[in-house]
Amino acid sequence: MSNPYAKLPAWAEYILIPLLNLVVAFLVAGLVVLLVGENPLDAAYYMITGAFGRGEYIGFTLYYATTFIFTGLSVAVAFHAGLFNIGSEGQAYIGGIGVALACLWLDKTMPWFVVFPLAIIGSAAFGAMWAFLPGWLQAKRGSHVVITTIMFNFIASSLMVYLLTKVLKPLGQMAPQTRTFEAGGQLPKLDWLMSIFGLNLGNSPFNVSFLLALLAAFGVWVLIWRTKLGYEMRTMGHSPSAARYAGIGEARITIIVMMISGGLAGMMALNPIMGEQYRMQLDFVQGAGFVGIAVALMGRSHPAGIIPAAILFGMLYQGGAEIAFEMPAISRDMIVIIQGLVILFAGALENMFRPAIGRAFASIGRRSVAAAQTRGA
Amino acid sequence: MSDIAIELRGIDKSFGLVHANKNINLTVRKGTIHGIIGENGAGKSTLMSILYGFYQADKGDIVIDGKTVTIKDPNAAIASGIGMVHQHFMLVENFTVLENVMLGAEESQILNTSISKARVELKRLEKEYALEVNPDALIEQLPVGLQQRVEILKALYRRADILILDEPTGVLTPPEADHLFRILGQLKDQGKTIIFITHKLREIMAITDEVSVMRRGEMVATRKTKETSVEELAELMVGRRVLLRVEKGAANLGEVKLSVENLTVRDGRGVTMVDNVSFNLRAGEIVGIAGVAGNGQSELLEAISGIRRAVGGKVLLNGKPIDVTGHVDPRELRDRGLGHVPEDRHHVGLVLKFEEAENGILGYHHEKRFLNGVFLNTKAIQADAEEKIKKYDIRPPNPRLKTANFSGGNQQKIVLAREMERGPDVLIIGQPTRGVDVGAIEFIHKRIIEMRDQGMAVLLVSVELDEIRALSDRIIVMFAGRVVGERDPDATEGELGLLMAGVEGRKEAAE
Repeated sequence: MSNPYAKLPAWAEYILIPLLNLVVAFLVAGLVVLLVGENPLDAAYYMITGAFGRGEYIGFTLYYATTFIFTGLSVAVAFHAGLFNIGSEGQAYIGGIGVALACLWLDKTMPWFVVFPLAIIGSAAFGAMWAFLPGWLQAKRGSHVVITTIMFNFIASSLMVYLLTKVLKPLGQMAPQTRTFEAGGQLPKLDWLMSIFGLNLGNSPFNVSFLLALLAAFGVWVLIWRTKLGYEMRTMGHSPSAARYAGIGEARITIIVMMISGGLAGMMALNPIMGEQYRMQLDFVQGAGFVGIAVALMGRSHPAGIIPAAILFGMLYQGGAEIAFEMPAISRDMIVIIQGLVILFAGALENMFRPAIGRAFASIGRRSVAAAQTRGA
Repeated sequence: MSDIAIELRGIDKSFGLVHANKNINLTVRKGTIHGIIGENGAGKSTLMSILYGFYQADKGDIVIDGKTVTIKDPNAAIASGIGMVHQHFMLVENFTVLENVMLGAEESQILNTSISKARVELKRLEKEYALEVNPDALIEQLPVGLQQRVEILKALYRRADILILDEPTGVLTPPEADHLFRILGQLKDQGKTIIFITHKLREIMAITDEVSVMRRGEMVATRKTKETSVEELAELMVGRRVLLRVEKGAANLGEVKLSVENLTVRDGRGVTMVDNVSFNLRAGEIVGIAGVAGNGQSELLEAISGIRRAVGGKVLLNGKPIDVTGHVDPRELRDRGLGHVPEDRHHVGLVLKFEEAENGILGYHHEKRFLNGVFLNTKAIQADAEEKIKKYDIRPPNPRLKTANFSGGNQQKIVLAREMERGPDVLIIGQPTRGVDVGAIEFIHKRIIEMRDQGMAVLLVSVELDEIRALSDRIIVMFAGRVVGERDPDATEGELGLLMAGVEGRKEAAE
C-alpha cells in the first residue's frame, strides 16, 4: 500500500519504459518537424542514415558518444552519493588544461603512448581539483553543490578565456587556442576496430579515448558496487540518516565523490583535444557536461545504461547535423529541441507511463498467476 | 430501518500483484463499537480507506442503512455519514479549534457568518457529547489527547453517524486512552456507530462489542467480544498459537557497563529534550525506558549512540568516557562494544533500497572480515547474511532481495541480527517491535532475553508499556525529558501510567 506503483519486472523497468519514453519523445519531435513544414519520416531517415549509414558516420557518432560516456559517468557517480553535480561542464573544461599541458610539454619528444597516460592523469587531476572546491564548500560550509557547481562553470569559462587569450596562445596568432600538437599529442584512431566490422573510418575522429571511456565505465561499476567506498557512497545517497548511524563521514564522502566526479568529467577533454583537434580551443566542451546529466538520467546512473544512452545522444548529435544539412527548414537549433524532448521524456517525465504499465502488468499477472501466493498490502 | 449500519459485501482490492483485500464481508450493527484487528499489512487500513473513499474497491458493494452506495472520494463518505479519525491527525497546527472544525465545511464565502454559525454548532456538540475543548485554543498548544478530541468533533460537525478510528491510542498515555474509551462509550450511547481499528488486543477486549479479525487480506473471523479471549484473537491474527508472555528468569547482574550522568540534549530549535538524565546499566540486565512518544527517549538514544550531540553530561561505556558533547563517531562506539537498534529502521537502521546482505553489514562494513583491501568481500558478506537468515528465521531467506520487500518483522530481524550477532557489551534498542507482527514479536522478545542472560547490558526504549513491563528488570519513566521515576517491573500499569503522564499531566488525566 505504501508503494503507489506496482513493482515491474526488470526488463520492463530497464528496457520497456526507457524505450517507450524515447518513442514518445521522437513522436513529439516528429510533430515539431511537421510544424515547420518538413516530413518527419524523411527527417527520421536522415537521422538514422546520418548517424549509422556509413563507417565514417558511425565513427562520428561514437566519437560524440565517447565524450558523453565520460560526462554521464561523472554525473552518475555523484548521483549515487545523493549529490547533483551540474558542474561537469566546467570540470571538463578545466580538465582540458591538464591534457594541454601534458601535450605541449612532451608532444615533440615522446610518443603518444607516453603522453597519453600523463594527459589522463593531468585531465583527471585538473577536473578533480575544480570539483574539490564545491565539494569542500558543501561538506564544510553547507553551500549546496547545485548552486556552487553552476557558478564554477562560469568561473571556469572566464578562466579559460583568460588562459587561451593571454597565456596558452602562441604569439602572433589570432585564434584563442593553443598551438597544434605534434605527433606525440595525437591519439591514434580506431580504424582497426572499425575494419573488424568491415567499416571504413573515413575522416571521423573516433580514437582510443573511446576504449578509455569503456574502461572508465567498468571502473565506475567496480567502484560503486564492489568497493567499500562505493558502499558508503550508496548508503549516503539512499539515506543520509542511515549513513550517520553507520558512522560514515558525510563530509569525507562528499569531497571524495565530487573529486571522482570531477576527474571523470575532466577526462572527457582527452577526446576532443588529443583525439580530434590536436589543440585546445575556446569552448571545446560545447555543452557535453549538461548532456551528461541527461545521459546519466536515461542510463539510470548505471554504466551499462550510460553507454547506450551516450551512443543515443551521439546519434542525435551526428544524425542531427545531417538533418540540418539536408533539410534547410530545420536549423541546428531544431536538433537542440529534439534533444531537449528526449531529456524531458527520459528524465523529467520518467514516471509518466509507469502507472499505466503497472496496471497492464497487474491485469496480465492476475490472469496468469491467479493462484500464486500474494502478500498482504 | 434495519439495525445494520454498514455492510460490506465481497470487497476486493489489489495493488498491482499485491492482493490487499480478498472478498471481504463485514456487518457492523448500529450503535455498537466494532473492533477490527489484524497485524500490520493484514489489510485493515486498505479496507477503511475504501470505506472512506481514498481508494475504490475492484469488486464488491458497500451498503449503508440498507442502500448500496458508491463512495468515490472522502466527500462522498462524509455525505453518507461516515467520519474518520486518522492515526496521524489532519489538523492545521496554527489554526484554532473552531477554524479546524469548520475547515472545508464553511457555509458561505464570507467567513464571519460561517464562524458564528460554527461556534453555535460546536457548542451544541460539545455539550451533547461532553467533549469540552476551548474553541479558540490553537491546535499546537493542545495536548495530543485534546487534538484527537478535535478530530472527533470535526467528524461530528459533519454529521457523521459512523466513526472510524484508525489506531487511535498509539499516541496517547494510558489515562488519555481511558478517557478516549469513555468518550467512545458515550458516543455509542447516543446511537453512533464506531469502527475501531487497532493491533492491540487489550483495547479490543476493553471497549468493543464485536470484533472482526483480518489476516493476509482476508476477514478470518467475527466474534462477540464477550465470547472470545485474547488468546483466541491472537491465534486468529497470526494463524497459529502464540506465547503472549515471555518467560524470563531472575537477572544475573554484573558490573556497570554504561553509565549516564546528567545528560542534557537539545533539539535543532534549542528546546531541551533530555534534561539532566542519569542512570546506570549493568551487565546482564534489561533497563526499560517508559514514556509517551516524544518525551525525550529518542534523543536520549541518539545522544548515547553518537548520532546527536549532547550539550552537557557524561556517558561512560565500559568505564571509559564517550565524548557526547563533542565529536562522536558511531563507528568508534561500535568498535568499543556498543550495539544500536535504532527506533526508525526505515530511515536509520536500514537502507531499504539495499539488498538484504548489504544491510547486514551497515556500520560494520569497515571490518576486515567483510573486505578484501578496498574491495567488498562479497562472498563473506553473502555467507554472513545466510548464516543470520538461518539463525533469525528471516523470510524470505534470500540475501539478494531488496530490503524494502521484507515485512516489518523481518526487517527488524535483519537489524537485530546485525547488532546482536556482533556480541556487543551494551545493546541499546529503540522500539524493538514497532510495526512488527505478533509472531515475530515473540521471537524478538526471546532473543533480547537470551542476550541479557548471556551477560549483555540492554537499554530498551518502547512506547508499548506492555513490552517494557514484560522485558525489563528495572523501569525508568521519562516525562518531558526528565526521569520522573524508577520502578521494578511489578509496578502496576496505573502507577506507571500516572508517571508517564507527568506531574502536570495528572490534572489533565483527571479531567
